[in-house]
Amino acid sequence: MANLAMREAYGRALAEYGAVHPKVVALDVDTASSTLSSFFEKRFPDRFFNFGIAEPCMIDAAVGLALAGMVPFANAFAALASLRALEQVRTCVCYARTNVKIASSYAGVSDFKDGPTHHAISDIAIMRSLPEMTVIVPADGNEAATFVPLIAEFDGPVYFRLNRAATLPVSSSGEALSIGKGIVRRQGKDLTIVACGSMTGRSMQAADALASKGVQARVIEMHTIKPLDVELILQAADDTGAIVTAEEHTVIGGLGSAVAEALAVRPVPLYRVGIKDTFARTGPDPESIMDAYSMGVSDIVNAAISLIGRKKS
Amino acid sequence: MKNFDNELITDLKAQANYLRRQSLTMIYRRQAGHPGGCLSAADIVAALYFKVLRIDPKRPDWEDRDRFILSKGHASALLYSALARRGYFAESDLEHWGELSCQLQGHPDRLKTPGVDMTSGILGHGIAIGLGLSLGARLQKRDYHTYVLLGDGECQGGIVWEGANACAKFNPGNLTAIVDYNDVQLDGAVHDIMPMEPFADKWRSFRWEVISIDGHDMIQILSALEEAVSITRRPVVIIARTVKGKGVSFMENKAQWHGIPPDKEQYSAAMAELSGEGS
Repeated sequence: MANLAMREAYGRALAEYGAVHPKVVALDVDTASSTLSSFFEKRFPDRFFNFGIAEPCMIDAAVGLALAGMVPFANAFAALASLRALEQVRTCVCYARTNVKIASSYAGVSDFKDGPTHHAISDIAIMRSLPEMTVIVPADGNEAATFVPLIAEFDGPVYFRLNRAATLPVSSSGEALSIGKGIVRRQGKDLTIVACGSMTGRSMQAADALASKGVQARVIEMHTIKPLDVELILQAADDTGAIVTAEEHTVIGGLGSAVAEALAVRPVPLYRVGIKDTFARTGPDPESIMDAYSMGVSDIVNAAISLIGRKKS
Repeated sequence: MKNFDNELITDLKAQANYLRRQSLTMIYRRQAGHPGGCLSAADIVAALYFKVLRIDPKRPDWEDRDRFILSKGHASALLYSALARRGYFAESDLEHWGELSCQLQGHPDRLKTPGVDMTSGILGHGIAIGLGLSLGARLQKRDYHTYVLLGDGECQGGIVWEGANACAKFNPGNLTAIVDYNDVQLDGAVHDIMPMEPFADKWRSFRWEVISIDGHDMIQILSALEEAVSITRRPVVIIARTVKGKGVSFMENKAQWHGIPPDKEQYSAAMAELSGEGS
């Protein structure tokens, strides 16, 4: 399969899965042609609901649909799903434990051209803090598609974080994924890079660069931020003695923080690659912004090399 | 106006009085809760739970049951009293309201309490959630009806109107909103804190049908609920004019009784006023 933009892979998969599962419905907030829930809308117009620019209302309506036994995928920009509709998500989705799937598109800095108002760099931190919420961040288009049926068949609230564009592909077509189980994408003994989303492909590139310097980096793709695959992280800590995390998100509260929490029982040197505690800027493409805001391949490489020096030997 | 059987009306009034007494007793015993809004909505809730709703307390998860969302979730004592009276759980359970191990939370919790169709407490959600339930019923070709009870102060929040707007667009035809319009909220009179008039016009401009009634007149309540279900061309809101603290003279129309429990003397005086039918 071609390396589709994550949103397109998701949109096509949701439409396909709609044929398999008649209880799946899709909701959107005047962004269907952006999130590409429009593929579902075209095939199942009776099971698609556009709420206009009203994210809180969409989430509450999704809650009602879930109470009625449907499986709603509520589509919105991540910045709005995680902030404007947050009280709905906390109270009516998480606390009431309704079976709502929040497909949160344009996450991270992937909405490069619209600027920091439209970037979502805190959403993992926010969603991860909510009891009952499962947080999933696919690494590429193929995974975005593969997760659709898994999420639909999963019982409970899910925050599904999607990028606007294509990311560096890391998975193979037909590869099995399991919610809550991290994937070792590359073996290595000198340190481990734990990555999610678009930073997974960048971490693979960083591992190549490190190999050329004689450093063998393990790369773990942690697509499920919550519940975290703690076992895999502790194993990596034991085996390699140092961990770099990499995410398209602030270093506060996201994957890096989750890994740090896990390592608190077995500390090893840790470096969190992500956007520092700042807002980014508008840019010509997501990659330029990521490079400029400490989420570049070189940031991962430099972090890895500095950690190697700090390892207990 | 349709004629209703006298016995039915007498019985429902007695049930409402029972609900008032039980709610106040719960709030007094716990020394926490919201008496004013329980007393104002008691007649509406009595009509729903003892006449209108198609429910089966033995099957709280029955898929074809009518749904009721107490969007003004702070009237939880009223809802719990009705659910216990209908047999969803033992009336003796009400005595443990607020205890750490009790199934009855401060505000309604659908996961812990049989008969609670939706968790509520943070105001404003009921209309949009009710819309989702109604759309779900339509998609699954089920004929249940969804009722949402909200307060007038609650309508100050924007999410109510997002929901109202969406209801008019999708018009599922099986959703009825009821506003317990008592004109009193925590800090004072609704018309002072943030005026909502012209209230009925607001709903009409959002393309809703409005039925205005006296929310303490049982015949008007039953008639309005029947009429609401028969109207499918637009979503319907029943604006029920009520008195906050209804039935207890010293609580009526007083904001201080929004969320304060009575002390022993006040409780005795209130129960004396509420003696009679259903007591």
